[in-house]
Amino acid sequence: MTIARVDRPKRSPAVSGTGTADRRDAPSRRRRRRSQLTALAFVAPLVAYLAAFYVYPLYRNLDLSLRNYTVRSFVAGDAPFSGWDNFSQVLNDPTFGPALRNTMVFTFVSIAFQYAAGLALAVFFNRHFRLAATLRALFLIPWLLPLIVSASTWSWMLNSESGVVNYALHVFGVSPVDWLTSPHWALTSVIIANIWIGIPFNLVILYSGLQNIPAELYEAAALDGASGWQQFRRITFPLLRPVSAITLLLGLVYTLKVFDLIWIMTKGGPGDSSSTLATWSYQLGFGTLLPKFGPGAAVGNILILIALVFGLLYIRVQRRQEA
Amino acid sequence: MRSTRRTLLAACVAVGTLASLTACGGGGSGSSGSSGKSATYTFWDPYPQFDASSDWGKRVAQCGTEAGVKLKRTGYDTTDLGNKALLAAQQGNAPDVMLVDNPVVSTLVEAGILTKTSELGLDTSSIQKNIIGAGTLDGTSYGVPIGANTLALYYNKEVLSAAGVDPASIKDWASLTGALKKVKAAGKKGITFSAIGTEEGSFQFLPWFWGAGADLTELNSAKGVAALSLWKQWVDEGYAPKDVLQNTQTTSWQEFATGDYAFGENGTWQLGNAEKAGFEYGIINIPARNGGSAPVPTGGEFVTVPVQQDTSRYEVSKKIVTCLTSDKNLLPTDTTLMYVAPTTAVQKEQVKANPKLKPWVEAVASARGRTSGGLGTKYPTISQQMWTAVQAALSGGKSPQAALDEAQTAAGKG
Repeated sequence: MTIARVDRPKRSPAVSGTGTADRRDAPSRRRRRRSQLTALAFVAPLVAYLAAFYVYPLYRNLDLSLRNYTVRSFVAGDAPFSGWDNFSQVLNDPTFGPALRNTMVFTFVSIAFQYAAGLALAVFFNRHFRLAATLRALFLIPWLLPLIVSASTWSWMLNSESGVVNYALHVFGVSPVDWLTSPHWALTSVIIANIWIGIPFNLVILYSGLQNIPAELYEAAALDGASGWQQFRRITFPLLRPVSAITLLLGLVYTLKVFDLIWIMTKGGPGDSSSTLATWSYQLGFGTLLPKFGPGAAVGNILILIALVFGLLYIRVQRRQEA
Repeated sequence: MRSTRRTLLAACVAVGTLASLTACGGGGSGSSGSSGKSATYTFWDPYPQFDASSDWGKRVAQCGTEAGVKLKRTGYDTTDLGNKALLAAQQGNAPDVMLVDNPVVSTLVEAGILTKTSELGLDTSSIQKNIIGAGTLDGTSYGVPIGANTLALYYNKEVLSAAGVDPASIKDWASLTGALKKVKAAGKKGITFSAIGTEEGSFQFLPWFWGAGADLTELNSAKGVAALSLWKQWVDEGYAPKDVLQNTQTTSWQEFATGDYAFGENGTWQLGNAEKAGFEYGIINIPARNGGSAPVPTGGEFVTVPVQQDTSRYEVSKKIVTCLTSDKNLLPTDTTLMYVAPTTAVQKEQVKANPKLKPWVEAVASARGRTSGGLGTKYPTISQQMWTAVQAALSGGKSPQAALDEAQTAAGKG
């Protein structure tokens, strides 16, 4: 049901296909070598691409974080190796604690709500009522909008002076909230905006997962007298588990690195009340007139490491499910 | 059999294309680095709003033609330009001439990528000392200012007269706060400024910080705390809106332009928009704590010549810089950009052409460079801590004293 599971069985017939060609010795060896070359030639562009766009940038980022870069040594390229200095500087920075906590809160609260809302909507749309397709398409809008547009719009809506949200609160007699300018609300505000942006992604993937659950199961359950909730709990949710796992993992990686939304809405402020590891990394590297590339890269690497840990966790969980 | 050959061929073609692509890429960057003989010079500026057909674009092209070369101009976002320059210098393809925001000059000098104006033999004697000061480190200047701008208080005449405030009576902080109180009592809004968590926020806070007599080397002095307490008082009392924390200078101007606000702290560059605002406005200098005008920070760009491996290029670069900063060209340039010229001679002509510039010329005369006074590359760190403290205090997260104490500790660490 997941991508990984689908392509594994497919590969074996291809291998056995070349195996059947081994009938006559000499020509077949030549042919095999040629096919190996062909294979290599096919792989080469991918390897070159991966090396140029993945391995090298990662290596550079690691290199940046392990050297003591000043603007001068950045240009001259002779920054001395400083070991873990950048990392210890970052870990001891008073911003690190709040940034890590904000990152975790931002990520987990966002994902929990995105997933719950996405699942609820997916189940809802799976009933195939009239206009379901149209409505579903409308729900995709947050996903289609460029982030800068949606983030700026949220920023206007939540403006403490002239925002439409405070106006609505005022109409209902609630006193205005400093959504983006109060240290107590800033993180909540960016989380709300991020949930709104992330729901379509969850909806689409979970909806496609629902399509794969055979309708007979529901029929059988209905014959057995299972209620709607029981059907969801005993059939939908367990059978959706693999899809849920990949949705949550992708959501996690995607949310951990959210930068533009927060930067546009609050710049990580006020103070550092809504700064996450991603915005802090940018702040260090590019946010001031005097860039601190080393610590900025170190924060970036910590972020990659966190994503990696969750990725490994996912693989582990998936393996256990398969076993 | 045939199909394998065909796939092999296809794969080879694919690899070949990829290889030739990278080869092209490499060749391209190489040729731009060593284009000593081809007469194309590169020019970067932070004015992406002007395209080639604008007055500024034409003037740049003209200066290239006069120097006998083709000048290729690229406009970058101001915040982007410093890092772009560092990266370009690292790759060995820095532009020949570059216009940068004045506080960036010290960072680029620290990186060792700017040539000294004395080395190029540029004459900077006619330029006002405090303006060129922002690009001067240890007594050596590294660029020629193209113009200067700074901050003052725009006021809305209708709002002030309705509240019964005479703008001429505003001499110090107490009278300004008194005026804000009257305006609020009259049902209008007091003042808007930008306290955003970027360099813009520090730029806007500095007139008050310096106006209190505080010094950037000691953020948490009693004087510094007084400046931050003034802003905090305004926000807490509702004289200034809470969204100043998010305001850039542009959005702050938009608030002032609604006509609801009595005062807006903004820069020379808004003069054109002020004419279009649809209400009568005036300008006063930002008052110091105990009267008189507060020292304001200088804004504006410097023309710099990044270091090149091929030093023979400097001769043409010098001609281009001289052309851009000649009195003849400064006048139209600074008129386009709404800047105050860096030389007294051109300033006089500017005031003659537009008397409204007079308070701005006075403000610029008493302005200070942010990186002046031996601060240099210490300024960016201090500035970052300062805007963080402003944000922390205005949002109610910390008291002004606590916020500035923390800022001073962090700035001291570097």
